[in-house]
Amino acid sequence: MATPGEGSYLRVTPAERLPPPAERNGAPGWLRENLLSSPGNVALTVLCLAFIAWATPPLIRFFVVDAVWSGADRTACLASPANPHPGACWAFVRVWFSYFVYGFYPIGERWRVDAFFAALALGIAWLAWLSAPRRGLGAVYFFILLPILSYLLLSGAPRLGLITIPTELWGGVLVTIVVATVGIVASLPIGILLALARRSDLPIVKALAVGFIEFVRGVPLITVLFMASVMLPLFVPERLSPDKLLRALIGVALFASAYMAEVVRGGLNAIPRGQYEAAQALGLPYWRMMALVILPQALRVTLPNIVNTFIGLFKDTTLVFVVGIFDLLRTIEAARADPHWVTPVTSVTGYAFAALFYFLCCFGMSRYARGVELRLARRRR
Amino acid sequence: MQQPLAASGSDTGQSGPAVEIAGLHKWYGDFHVLRDINLAVARGERIVICGPSGGGKSTLLRCINRLEDWQRGRVVVDGIELTDDPRQIVAVRRDVGMVFQQFNLFPHLTVLENCTLAPIWVRHMPKTDAEELAMSYLNRVKIPEQAHKYPARLSGGQQQRVAIARALCMSPTIMLFDEPTSALDPEMVKEVLDTMVELANDGITMLVVSHEMGFARQVADRVIFMADGQIVEIDRPEAFFANPRHERTRLFLQQVLR
Repeated sequence: MATPGEGSYLRVTPAERLPPPAERNGAPGWLRENLLSSPGNVALTVLCLAFIAWATPPLIRFFVVDAVWSGADRTACLASPANPHPGACWAFVRVWFSYFVYGFYPIGERWRVDAFFAALALGIAWLAWLSAPRRGLGAVYFFILLPILSYLLLSGAPRLGLITIPTELWGGVLVTIVVATVGIVASLPIGILLALARRSDLPIVKALAVGFIEFVRGVPLITVLFMASVMLPLFVPERLSPDKLLRALIGVALFASAYMAEVVRGGLNAIPRGQYEAAQALGLPYWRMMALVILPQALRVTLPNIVNTFIGLFKDTTLVFVVGIFDLLRTIEAARADPHWVTPVTSVTGYAFAALFYFLCCFGMSRYARGVELRLARRRR
Repeated sequence: MQQPLAASGSDTGQSGPAVEIAGLHKWYGDFHVLRDINLAVARGERIVICGPSGGGKSTLLRCINRLEDWQRGRVVVDGIELTDDPRQIVAVRRDVGMVFQQFNLFPHLTVLENCTLAPIWVRHMPKTDAEELAMSYLNRVKIPEQAHKYPARLSGGQQQRVAIARALCMSPTIMLFDEPTSALDPEMVKEVLDTMVELANDGITMLVVSHEMGFARQVADRVIFMADGQIVEIDRPEAFFANPRHERTRLFLQQVLR
């Protein structure tokens, strides 16, 4: 025992290594520590449990128990003696499902859309699975082969026996996925280039990058879309003017690039000066230094923000309806007006379906990013 | 018999000094940070630069591989004059290794990848050759068992030895050390200095900014004292420590050799 004022001490026997005290372990220990540690905490726990108990059953009743799963028209989803309080009208979604996925894409050609979905899923899985074999080849597939394949499949290639399907017929999930994927895939490289340009020592390059980024960030996406689809034809003769969907794609990609540039710039700012100097001292030229040393670190630092931007972009794709493109939300809007299916619950069901789709996609991206973050954090320790 | 850590300067077959600096001036804004620096370093020579902080030692060292530019004067390294031409700059940097106070290892790469990066991407060496080379240098700095770890898992002394191995993998003819032991815990200074002594014995040209006066006494051919952006005194270590001629040098040595 230390006594104040008595300074000298010599350990004779080493102190034993002990396991942590038992009450900190196991489920009871966790409960006590996290849910019941103080009177205030107990009250909060009870309050939250009460809220969950109050809010969940009506939702389950509406969307599952009282829901109508099959039927040929609106009568199935109207109140009847058998079902006085009908819940969600899933029958409506089932009947309209293929329209929600393909839009007006000709029925006989829809296998092409399915093939596109499969090819895209393969590419995403190949790149997302960090220890997948031949990831270099995966990148070539995703960034070079897949865009060409998708274009031939979806738009058509008469020489290969694929009839041309004008983009006016595309719709639903197909359009949402195409717009989001093009936006995501284009915005990252363009955003990186813009971020590097903004940090450039060359004044003109820098001024152009700053001008573009600040202009696009200062304008709403709806305005960019209107400008892309309405103003472009004013300058280009109608027959040369690009396709309506293509115009929206360019607008979305440029818009997302400006945001991505700022996210990447934040990551670049987080890299210490010494990393640049060490790379330069080894004789690495600018682009190699960026590609091998600076960007890998900057993109890791900023991964949560990049995914955040992707998620924002994915949801922003719903805005393409303002220029007359039928994305998923627009197809649901169109279908819920169908007189054969007008009931008090049709709209709710349609919107719930859209919410479920967007939530699953965005939550998937978010969980994936979290997994990568944890993996990187573990590796660097 | 140990293999040499690096090719000795005399093996390159080139004549002329390793580094030649003439009439060098540099300003940070209005601040005159380097004033009229003139220095010629012979091949294989080992130079220790000391002096009070803010005296321009590091800045001078960083001019030699053009991490800093200057407004007046010329710097010739290995017969190549450093100008704004990026090709000249890269050519010099390939031949000049640098070790930093803060190590500056690349945290996203393993120790081995840190060492092979420049040989593969600057010297265009096949990957297996580069790995073999890197392992031989990691052996020489005595940490081959850490090759597949990430730098964050190494101690400061180990990180600095990796940094030395990384620089040596480019087979430099000149090595620059910018206060290599200043950021280390006291018990790790010796392992880094030992590595540097070994390197010095192999005959590579070395310029070391350091406060380690024992190291200077042991390995330096000449010691340079810098203050206020000027070279105040240059001498052989025996004379430098026994009979400093300038008043500033004497004051400085009194401070550090208490």
